[in-house]
Order: sequence, then C-alpha cells, then structure tokens
Amino acid sequence: MEFAELIKTPRVDGVVLHRPFMPTVEGTLCLTGHHLILSSRQDNTEELWLLHANIDSIEKRFVGSLGTIIVKCKDLRVIQLDIPGMEECLNIASSIEALSTLDSVSLMYPFFYRPLFEVIEDGWQLFVPEEAFKDLESMVLFYPWNETTLFGLPKEDEEDNIALWSAESAFTVDEAVMMRAAQPLTGTNGRRCKEDEKLINATLCAGKRGYIIDTRTIAVAQQAKTRGGGFEQEANYPQWRRIHKAIERSNVLQDSLIKLVEACNDQSHSMDRWLSKLEASNWQSKVKEILTTACLAAQCIDREGASVLVHGTEGTDSTLQVTSLAQIILDPACRTIRGFEVLIEREWLQAGHPFQQRCAQSAYSNGKPRSEAPVFLLFLDCVWQILRQFPCSFQFNENLLIMFFEHAYASQFGTFLGNCVAERVKLQLSQKTVSLWSWVNRPQELERFLNPLYEPNNLVIWPSVAPQSLLLWEGVFLRWNRSTKCLDEACQEMVHIIEYNKELQNKVNSLRRQLAQLETEDSPLQTP
Amino acid sequence: MYHDTKKYFCTLMSCTEVWWSEMEHIRMPKVENVRLVDRSSSRRTQVGTLYLTATHTIFVGKGSEDRSELWVLHSLVCDVLKHKASQNGYPLIIHCKNFQVIQFIIPQESDWHNVYISLSRLSRPEKYEELYCFSFNPNVDKAEREHSWDFLDLKAEYSRMGLPNKLWHVTAINREYRVCDTYPADLFVPKSVTLPVIIGSSKFRSRGRFPTLSYYCKENHATICRSSQPLSGFSARCLEDEQMLQAIMKSNPGSRFMYVVDTRPKLNAMANRAAGKGYENEDNYCNIKFQFIGIENIHVMRNSQQKLIEVSALRSPSMGEFLMGLENSDWLRHIKSIMEAGIFISKAVAEEGVSVLVHCSDGWDRTAQVCSVASVLLDPYYRTLKGLMVLIEKDWVSFGHKFSHRCGHLDGEAKEVSPVIDQFLECVWQLMEQFPCYFEYNEKFLISIHNHVYSCHYGNFICNSQKERKDLCIKEKTHSIWPHLWENKLDFMNPLFKPDQSQNQGLLRPRTAPYCFKYWRRLYNRFDRELHPRQSELDCLMTVKEETQQLEEALALYEQKLAVLDKERAKTLYMQKGVLESKQALWSSPLDTSLANTPQDYIGGFIGGAPNVFTLQQGERESAELCLFGDKPKSSDADNSDQESGVADFSSHSSGEESLPSEDSVKDPDSDETGPNRA
Repeated sequence: MEFAELIKTPRVDGVVLHRPFMPTVEGTLCLTGHHLILSSRQDNTEELWLLHANIDSIEKRFVGSLGTIIVKCKDLRVIQLDIPGMEECLNIASSIEALSTLDSVSLMYPFFYRPLFEVIEDGWQLFVPEEAFKDLESMVLFYPWNETTLFGLPKEDEEDNIALWSAESAFTVDEAVMMRAAQPLTGTNGRRCKEDEKLINATLCAGKRGYIIDTRTIAVAQQAKTRGGGFEQEANYPQWRRIHKAIERSNVLQDSLIKLVEACNDQSHSMDRWLSKLEASNWQSKVKEILTTACLAAQCIDREGASVLVHGTEGTDSTLQVTSLAQIILDPACRTIRGFEVLIEREWLQAGHPFQQRCAQSAYSNGKPRSEAPVFLLFLDCVWQILRQFPCSFQFNENLLIMFFEHAYASQFGTFLGNCVAERVKLQLSQKTVSLWSWVNRPQELERFLNPLYEPNNLVIWPSVAPQSLLLWEGVFLRWNRSTKCLDEACQEMVHIIEYNKELQNKVNSLRRQLAQLETEDSPLQTP
Repeated sequence: MYHDTKKYFCTLMSCTEVWWSEMEHIRMPKVENVRLVDRSSSRRTQVGTLYLTATHTIFVGKGSEDRSELWVLHSLVCDVLKHKASQNGYPLIIHCKNFQVIQFIIPQESDWHNVYISLSRLSRPEKYEELYCFSFNPNVDKAEREHSWDFLDLKAEYSRMGLPNKLWHVTAINREYRVCDTYPADLFVPKSVTLPVIIGSSKFRSRGRFPTLSYYCKENHATICRSSQPLSGFSARCLEDEQMLQAIMKSNPGSRFMYVVDTRPKLNAMANRAAGKGYENEDNYCNIKFQFIGIENIHVMRNSQQKLIEVSALRSPSMGEFLMGLENSDWLRHIKSIMEAGIFISKAVAEEGVSVLVHCSDGWDRTAQVCSVASVLLDPYYRTLKGLMVLIEKDWVSFGHKFSHRCGHLDGEAKEVSPVIDQFLECVWQLMEQFPCYFEYNEKFLISIHNHVYSCHYGNFICNSQKERKDLCIKEKTHSIWPHLWENKLDFMNPLFKPDQSQNQGLLRPRTAPYCFKYWRRLYNRFDRELHPRQSELDCLMTVKEETQQLEEALALYEQKLAVLDKERAKTLYMQKGVLESKQALWSSPLDTSLANTPQDYIGGFIGGAPNVFTLQQGERESAELCLFGDKPKSSDADNSDQESGVADFSSHSSGEESLPSEDSVKDPDSDETGPNRA
C-alpha cells in the first residue's frame, strides 16, 4: 500500500495552530506518510512535527467554510488546527484518521526512520538475556531451562513464563529469589502438575519458605478456575504461602485512564467536581494498590529472606508491575539510568508485556477498548511516586519516565513494537529499526534525564503508600494544562546550585593541592 | 534528660504564683507505667512515666540509656478524650492545635480519670495570666526583652511603602482607641479627610471600623483599604462615609473609580441588611464598582477544617476514602475562593491601577485574609522572611484579628474559634508550590508561625486587639516571637529563592484551576513522619548551599594564602590544613536512614510480629485467613529498627541539653521536622 493513496490533500496553506500556553502559529500544513507537519512562513518559529502514530483521535467542527480539527494525542496533548476550506478540512481529517490507525506493523514509522545521529552503541545488542541474568548463573544451572523457554512466553502456558531475579548479596538475604509466572491451569477439578510443583518447590532450599503473591483477589482467582486457570493449592506447594492482592485487571485500567484525563481536562473550575472526578477515576487507588503489592513482595524478600513468586492471570501485566517495582525498591542498580533500562528490557520487553496491544490507544480513544490498557504508564507513575519520595536516590529524573511513556505509545524507534520477543524476532526489528537505547544512551540525550541531586544510596527504599503521600503525576497528566516556566526555573536553579558547588569544590581542591605542594617545597627550610 | 526534667520542676517550683494556682488543677502530678502509642503502628509503643506540670504534659520513656521525652504544651491541647478501656489499660487521646495526636494508655482507672480531669482543666485556661507566655522565661534580660518587641516596626513598613506622602497621612484620632477599640492607634487615611468625616464614617461602620489604608502601591498610587460593613440596612446613608470613600478614590489620582469588595457571599450580606448592616449601595457612592466575592464565614470554615483534620487523621485510609473526605471537607474550595479574592484585588491594584476597599462583616477575618493574600501577590517584599512577619504584624495583629477567640486561647465560646489565619498561611503555601523560586522562606517557616500562633509561647498572638494587649502589658510581661524566628532563619530559607530576578519584582499570577490546589500534608500530617518523603530536596539543597558558602570562604582563604606564599615563599606560614575535606555524599546525609530502611505495614502487619488488629479489621480479609508465619520465632528486623527509629526521634530534641527544657524549645521548638515531639 502506498501512503499517497491515503493522503488526499498533502498540503494546505493558511492553517492556524492553537496550543495551550503557546502563541498561535499560522502556516502551511503538510501530511506525509508518518507525520503531520505545520510550518509557519517565519523562519524563527518552530515547526510542529507530529507522528500520526501519536494521534489518538480527532474531532471535526465547521463554522461556515472554516473547518477545525481537534487533534488528541496519545501523549495526552490536545491541539487545534483551523483549516480554511471545508473540502481540505475533510480530506485532512480523513487522511489523519487513516494514517493514524494503520494496521500493519511493518508500515509503522520505525521501519522508515533513519537516524540523524551516529549510532555508537547499538541498543539492540545492549541487553542480552544472559547478561541480564548473569548474577544468577549458578542458579539457572539447576533448572531445566534453555533459550526457548526464556524467550518463548506462550500465553496461558503454565509456568513457562518464568523468570528469575536474585536478591543481591548486598541485601544480606541469602538465596531469596523473585520469580514471576502465569497462573497455574488447575481448573475447576483441581488439576495438578507434578513438574510445576517440582519446579516451584525446587527453588526453595530445605526449611525455607516462599510466598506466592497472586495479584488477583481470591474471588477473581476462584473465578479463573472456570476458565481453566486458578491458583496453587497449598497442599501441593507445602513450602509456599499464598497472598492475594487486589490489583485490577488491565481492561479496567483503560477506563480509569480515560476518566482521569477527562478530569484533568475539565474546564468547569469547580473544586468539588475535580476531586470527585479524580476519585471516581480510581487511578490513584491503582497506584496505591500496585505500590503496596510491590512493597509487600520486597518486604518478603528483604525482611523475611523468603523467595517470592508473583503471578496474576497471564503474568504479563500486573505481575510485571509488581516484580519490577519490587526491584526498584530493593536494588540500587535499578535506580540508575542503565539499570532502569535493563529493568524495562528484562521485566517488560523480554517478559512479554504486549506493548503493541496495550498502547494501541490512549486516553482519548473513542472506540471500544480491545486490549488497550495503560499498564506500563501506571508502572511509570509508581516509579515516579518512589522518585518523589526519594529525590536523591535515583540517577534519573522524571523526564526519563515521561520519555518512556511517549515512546511506548508512539516512537520512531522499534523498541516497543510487537507484543513479545518472538514477534520482535519475526519482525526483524533489530535489523530494520533503530533501538530506543541507541538514542537515549548518547551523552547528549542523557544529560536531559540526569537528576542533579543523585547520590547513590545502597539501602532498600521503602516508600509510603498512604493516600496523603501519593500525588497526581502532573508531569504527565497536567503536562499540557500548565505552564512549566516556574518549575523549569526551579530545576535550573537546582542544577545551578549543585554545579556551582562542584565547581568551587574543584577550585578549592586544586588550590589546596597547590598550597600543599608549596608547603612541602618550603618545609625543608622551615624545619632545619 | 531526666536530670533536665527535674531541674525544670525545681525552677518552676521556685518560680511563680501561677505555678501554685495551676497546681491546684493537677490532681495527679505523676503516673508510672504509662504507654505512649505510636499512631502509625500500634506495635510501636513506649513505656514510661507521665508528668503533669503547670505548663506541659511530659512523657519520659523508660529506656535504659537513651531516655526519650515528649513534651506537650497545655496551650496547644485542643481536646482530651477518654477512649474505651481495653485489657491493655485506659486510653487517653490528646488532640493538639498543631494537629499532633497523642495516645497514652494508663494502667489504672483512677489515674486515668485524674489525668483526664487535670488535663481538661489545664488545657482550658480561664485567664490570660495562665497562658504559657506569662511564665515562659528564657534567659534574657529586660533590655533584651524590650528590644525583642522593637524587632518589627510598622512605621518603617509604611515608610517602605512610601507613606506618609502628599496624599496620605497618619491620623491621631484613634490614639486612645476611642474611635475604634479594635483598630491600632496609628492609622493612615487620605489627607483630605477631616476628623468629623472619620468619626461620621466610623459611626456608620460595624464596630467603628472605618475605611483605612492597608497597602499602598508606590508605583501607581493605588491602595488597598479595609473596613467593616456599612450600617446601611435597607436604605440608610451616611454622607461622611460617602465622602470617605470619595476621598480614598481621589487619593489615587490616576483612576476614575474604585472597587468596593465585599468578601461575603451575597446572601449573607443581604441577610445582614435586616439587622441594619449590609453593604454599599452603588447609587449612593460616587464612582464605586461593587463586587461580592463569596468567602464563607468562620463557622463554615471551622466545620470544614474539622472535617479535613478527621480525614488527615484517618488510620490507613483507602485512596477513595481520602479523596472523598478531602472533597467533602470543602477545604480546598475555600482556599481557592480566598486565593481568587486576593487575585482579583492584586490585579485591580497592579494592572488597572484602581484602589480597592475590602470588607466583610467586621473586617477582621476574611478582610485580613484577602488583604494579606493580595499583598503577597503584589509585593515581593512579603515573600521574604522579614516581609511576611511584617505583613502578619500589620494586617493581622495590629488590625485586630481576634487571635484569642479564633485560636481558642482561653476557655470560652467554641463558636468563636475558626482557622482564619491557617487559611492565609495555606494560601501562601499554595503559592509557594506554584512559584518555587519566588519565596525567600520555605514551608517550615509557615508551619513554625502556625505553631506559635496557637502555642501561646510568645505574646504576639495573645488577645484580640492592640488595645487589649496594651492593657495587659503584653510587651512588658512576655516575649516576641519574631526575633526568635529571625535567629533561626537558616532553617527557614528556601534554597531556590532568586531575589535578583526581574520577573520576581512584579505581580504573581497564580493559576486557580482546581488541580492547582493541593492537600498540605506537611501541616496536617506534620507529626506522621512516615508519610513524608524520606529524602528532602530542600534539605539537600540547603546543605549544598551551606557547603558552597564554606567553600567560598575557603577559596578566599586559600587564594590569600597562595598570594602570600608566592610573595614570601620562604617565610614560615601557618597552614590550616583540612579546613574543608571535600566530602562526598554530603547532601545525602538528610536521608533518614532508619526510616528509609523501615518498611510500613503493607499488609496490615502480619509479617513478623503480632497481627495488627486495626488493619486486619479494615478489610484485609484474604490476608487474615492466610496469616503468614505468625508462628515465626524471629521477630523481623523491621520491628526492631522501627523501635530504634522511634527512640531516636524522641530523644532528638533534647539531647545533651543542660539548660532548662523550656529554653530548648526557644532554640528550636518546631522547625525541626525530625524531632517534632516537642509541642
């Protein structure tokens, strides 16, 4: 298929762009296969480049012959284009609609994107699973694993979807591991699987205990039995204790996000309305639930020295939220930029979180949700909450989290395409697209994501999960509804304070060295 | 530490007659084996001795080495409640005006009752003389005390604004408080206004509070004036009052009209007309634009804050409960309405150059709030430490905000109590959140002021008017808070403040979308340590800045030395080595490692240690039936470290003090977030 077929009107003059907190821009609107571009005739004003893939939905309005298209993006931005001419407007709108909902993955922008920077470190080669699990080598030997079980992740397949993560020795917890899985397929008649029991029980040494954290409530887990799923019977897994936590299923999340964003965009200026909508969206409750469960998992490992197995239904959504957050709490390495990338690569991409399905639509989608759900965004929100509570313990700042959110939903890079490793291999992403990591890890880009207050902290960091302590993530949800001038100023000032301090420190140190040198040169004279 | 307590008793014994009169109320000076329960986790309790003194309730923990202490000022106690007795003993809950909640469990019923009766009486003083500020005696001489009252000078503040000038002057009419006994002695009025006009106008205003100047804008001569409501009823007029407003309008030569802002909801103002009060009729006054703003009255605000406090004190609430509670309290809606009123006035003054007269009913609650919020928005000076002190001294203290009534300093009308000044401080906090670089002070400063408004530790916020304070000889008998805060200003500085910024000089234009208003956790959950970020950006930056200053000094020193060395290299030189070892991780020190390393009850405390009854009741049914490892012999590390951190906390505020404990609180009674137990 040619994109040209979809683009009925490639270019319109005299289009006016309205964006909140920015001056309006008049210019020429161009549609390309992957971008909506608006450039003004003045050279100095910036151009708008919007990926079609970033467009969540559009609305058209007409006043006389002046058409207006309201473009709602997956990164939650809303812009307005005034287009003279009804026909032009209709053409543009239908083109955008078609181009933003392409079905075929191979038509996505990453397959066409050629980087304007030199790829120094190829992100596709950066995180190989063996590397990510290298601390575990000795343990992995115990298990009948091979490459395929690690990669293959077939859905609903009992326990194949296992990954291991070890508590590092720094936590003084010996031999505690965190594992994730999908639900066991016990069904209503209580099927057993000797191999599964053996595998699960084998992870524990004699006399050790483990916890199975089921992210569903007991009622939901019971219901799952009727569909062939279920949970571990304690009799069959004697060393394990099961805990149920109530993280809701991903389909409810989408609704929650839609309501939250609607509340944030509410123009009524009524306090009651805002708070009741915020409450009704349930988003903050979900943040609390997930953080609580992650803390619990971390607590079992750190405080009890027990192993933990986390699963929900499929082990590709809430399970990943819990295991990855627990690692951020426990492991200082995950709080560095590189470590966080490794975490996303291992706990999300390789663990088979279906990014493509989950991020197909965002908060402005009109249609009935299929498998869309902001599971990853919710995880990032939880990370942000911990970051807020420990502002000195993370190497990165919230910009990195926001960037991941953007790229998970629309990107020029291939990293978040596909739903699992198998799909990605089939799509030949590593040959045909550029990895997000190749771009992020360039020193020029990294600078933007560095937290000036970072001071490595080897402790386990226990966040507060009280409602008073959890905040709305304004950087994402109110990002386009506020001017960041004052906040940017504060950030700059912070960087300035710290840089000035470092500069002085260097100066003082070098002067001191000079003085010491002079002193030693002089000292023979002084002490005859 | 126990030593301190003993010394304190001795001093007090020898001290005053107040002591003896108060002693009568103390049925039970000392109770042994009392347990202090940590609100965040009932597992953490301390056993110790409870002392009741004339001024404080003191709990001394029974640790071996590091005795922990908790001091609660009686004047900060809001109410004392007996809870249902359990097998553990008899619980007594103390709610404080600074939002601290303390729970003691007393072993004997008779002691329980006696402590309750004593505390109930002690926390409700009947006479001003019983208040702590009259017995508080830091180690300073008379001259120093008098000097402390000169720290702020309102005359200087008016002259900073550019007054008096050719249009405005001080009137001597209220020198003896005869025209208006709730106003200050010195008042600014237009020069063109004659004495009969002032008197006539005052007779036409509630409580004689005639229109007078609150803020003057040098740049464009626009003013904010304040008064009480006119006694207009349905049709009454007063020529002098009309002339007064006309004179105010004319004292702003650039403008052709003025705003009259009634901060009440229209309905309330109309209801007042039936009582012969009311609001200005636009037809009778020349060139005024009349405006209602709709801030609710003190009773609504009191109830609203009560609800908010209940929400903030919920034990492990769900997100839904918390947000619903926040919404139902309506608190943030009220804050928003006060802010919007301030914005309206500040814009009128700065952007339109139009003068504004503000009033409510009596002109000492909403009017004070709105005038001072507008001033903070208008004038960068009020965003400095000294400026905020001056503003409170001017708009609140001197203009007769009824601190004694509103804060409930004395036992009396509960209906007079209202968190009016809390709301002003919160508006400033909300602004600080929106403009992180524009305020010289940080939120600790606001919290500290809040604490002292209620503590009765200093004389500033005692009584309801300047006249009352003069009659009581407050300046002779008590100390002023302001120099004390000024001495501790390092704790109150905002490291991000950029004083020399051009945008900083002008008007603040805050956003008022509902989501711009946030719950003030640091105030309402001030004593719930585990709810606050475990690392503070502010503290880190302050540490870095302090270090930077030392580095600057070191740099100068080294440069000097180097210059000297270069000159006379062979000469003997005293080397000061290691003045500043370049320390790594200097700013990571504010991390409270004990806290960071302490998990909360994420599943209701069943992991390690006894199950927590409270949390289990609260709907963790699934977990209850799976109560894990209750049999586990080793109580988890979590528990131990919790207790350690608790102890560290208790002892933090009085470690190694040799002087009177009361002096300890002079030094740093509340600004220290890590040792908040001293009240």
